[in-house]
Amino acid sequence: MERNPMRRQLAVMRQSLFDQGYLDEQFVQLEELQDDANPNFVEEVVTLYYRDSARLILNVEQALERKPFDFNKLDGYMHQFKGSSSSIGAKKVKAESTLFREYCKSGNGEGCMRTFQQLKKEYATLRKKLEAYFQVPIIFQFFSLSTLLNMCF
Amino acid sequence: MVVESGFSSPRNDAFPAGLRVLVVDDDPTWLKILEKMLKKCSYEVTTCCLAREALNLLRERKDGYDIVISDVNMPDMNGFKLLEHVGLEMDLPVIMMSVDGETSRVMKGVQHGACDYLLKPIRMKELRNIWQHVFRKKIHEVRDIESLEGIESIQITRTGSDLFDDGHLVGGEDTTSVRKRKDAENKHDDKDLSDPSSTKKARVVWTVDLHQKFVKAVNQIGFDKVGPKKILDLMNVPWLTRENVASHLQKYRLYLSRLQKESDSKNSFIGMKHSDPPSKDSAASFGLHNSMNVIQDDVSNDTSCFSVNNLLAQNVDLKGHEGNRKGTTSVPVSEHKGALPVDIPDPHAAKSLEISFDHSLGSVDSGINFASFNSTNAAQNSWSEIPEIQFKQECESLLENGFNQLPLPGSQHHMRTEYLQPAASISSGPSITEKVASSSRIGVKPLYDGYRRNHVKHLSPTEAVELFPVQSKNQTLNNQVFEPISVTTSSMKCQDVSLNCLTDLEFGQRNLNGGVGIPLASLTGDLQVCWLQGDCYAMNFGPQDFECTEYNDPAEIPFHLYDAPRFDHEHLSDSTEYSAIDQGLFA
Repeated sequence: MERNPMRRQLAVMRQSLFDQGYLDEQFVQLEELQDDANPNFVEEVVTLYYRDSARLILNVEQALERKPFDFNKLDGYMHQFKGSSSSIGAKKVKAESTLFREYCKSGNGEGCMRTFQQLKKEYATLRKKLEAYFQVPIIFQFFSLSTLLNMCF
Repeated sequence: MVVESGFSSPRNDAFPAGLRVLVVDDDPTWLKILEKMLKKCSYEVTTCCLAREALNLLRERKDGYDIVISDVNMPDMNGFKLLEHVGLEMDLPVIMMSVDGETSRVMKGVQHGACDYLLKPIRMKELRNIWQHVFRKKIHEVRDIESLEGIESIQITRTGSDLFDDGHLVGGEDTTSVRKRKDAENKHDDKDLSDPSSTKKARVVWTVDLHQKFVKAVNQIGFDKVGPKKILDLMNVPWLTRENVASHLQKYRLYLSRLQKESDSKNSFIGMKHSDPPSKDSAASFGLHNSMNVIQDDVSNDTSCFSVNNLLAQNVDLKGHEGNRKGTTSVPVSEHKGALPVDIPDPHAAKSLEISFDHSLGSVDSGINFASFNSTNAAQNSWSEIPEIQFKQECESLLENGFNQLPLPGSQHHMRTEYLQPAASISSGPSITEKVASSSRIGVKPLYDGYRRNHVKHLSPTEAVELFPVQSKNQTLNNQVFEPISVTTSSMKCQDVSLNCLTDLEFGQRNLNGGVGIPLASLTGDLQVCWLQGDCYAMNFGPQDFECTEYNDPAEIPFHLYDAPRFDHEHLSDSTEYSAIDQGLFA
């Protein structure tokens, strides 16, 4: 048990992220990679993830605005996004992207849209939690205003 | 012949530490993570996010990496294609990765030659073990070559991994007494182990020449009845082993099957090809051999064609990529470690080039093919990565569609080598010097850049012209030259690419003969660039009949152009088929 209240709080935070299913084992892998050579490794990776995946979210967003849906394209984007999300262990986000891909494969546009909304929510929630955990805002770029608004939390 | 010292490097003491890994993934997050993971395994990591970049890196340093890890889904190139290329050109173990673990995908990976398929998220412990793939491959290679590493390694592996700590495992310079590996076939002592006590293990480098022999043998036997032993016997290369041939045959088959599968329309190519007058073929091949011999003679024996290519490729690529125009094609050549002759080619050399050129005019058609392939492909994918890969694929497909004389994977190198050398020679040639040099420069850059820019659309002749001036800012000469030339181009389908090439070609021609000919150097320069970059638009010189006839002027067209499949001029009109093939190839 940490004597330092701040650290204790962080430890609790961290544990709850796992307990509540926001993060999985991969996050632990990242933590294990952190060392003296890269003391902020996890934070850097998470930042990189949010920065890069924003672009993918945007792609999906735009693709969903074009009717009829190009399910192949959507699936492709989501495949990329899923791969990316797996890198930081974003469990819930990954689950949503898997579901999204299922809907793509079955050509269910309505399902896609619904899942995408849910995905964005999870994506945003996780970021908020990680920001609190790292105690630094995770800066991301390449967001369109609409996406930003959509992802406001 | 390049001698690969497997582990006789600083890292040999602690293998697998120091394993040189190349990671290719378009996802920057994963790239960062993998890099860190691999570094933690004490491996030497190089990362890149584009498949094309990866291939360039691999080509630049032919033996600079031990293993490649690549993602399956990448924007510029299918991971499986990259896998094939690496396997054929560099013969390195490749590990595929993906978040998608579907059996069919995994199977496809293995089919294409992946030695492993990892699922994302990747754990560090999975990466720790990748050295075994490198090791396994070394063992297989070692069997073919006289060396004691294999024996020791095998013994050591049997006794346990802790032996690695001993440091005298593979590649240890100290090593025990030399124990010649028993192998029925002869080993190429002269080619690899110069020092018997060294633990240098040479990897068989399939040079142009060698591959040509291989393909010739295969075709002689008949592809259906082919077998490594038969091929080996026919090839009559004393130091080559059955295993070498077998593994090469396997790769060759893989390529052929993929190509055949992908395009039925290729049969028409074959038909056309067969319609070539035999005399022309033989003449062409003669010319080809002739010129090849000329070239090869110049190359020092201990420098592989590949390394020559690499160096030049490296230099040229750098130029292209960085927009660095200061060098001419002769520059990289001179920088090269002496593989290329800097001397002026005597008239004989030029003659041989001429001869080959004449006969290989037919292969000019391949330019069309390539052009169409390239342009179509480029349209489909991002530009920078396509040319090289496509070109190779096209070359291979065209080659294996009947142009027996030309080696498949080796052909590219072959061509590159030849391009390099003539360029070098010519650049320093007495008659051509400055002009050639500048032409080469011009040729090289604009072509490449032009090609790059052309990928997405078909350019009108004017557009093509504009491209050049834009790119070659330092080359006023270039600009001047290209302007008049641009218009003539084509009715060809793949106009954009062909346009550039044709433009350059014409330009070159004019330079050489005061308006009629293309400085061989510039042509070669162009070609070199094209080839090196994998762009086929050098080949585009051929597309139009009238262009071809112009190039009948001897010594104007680098013979190496025609190392590629030799098409008749008649093929020019069949650009449709080419496009179809292109689509098929790059689907």
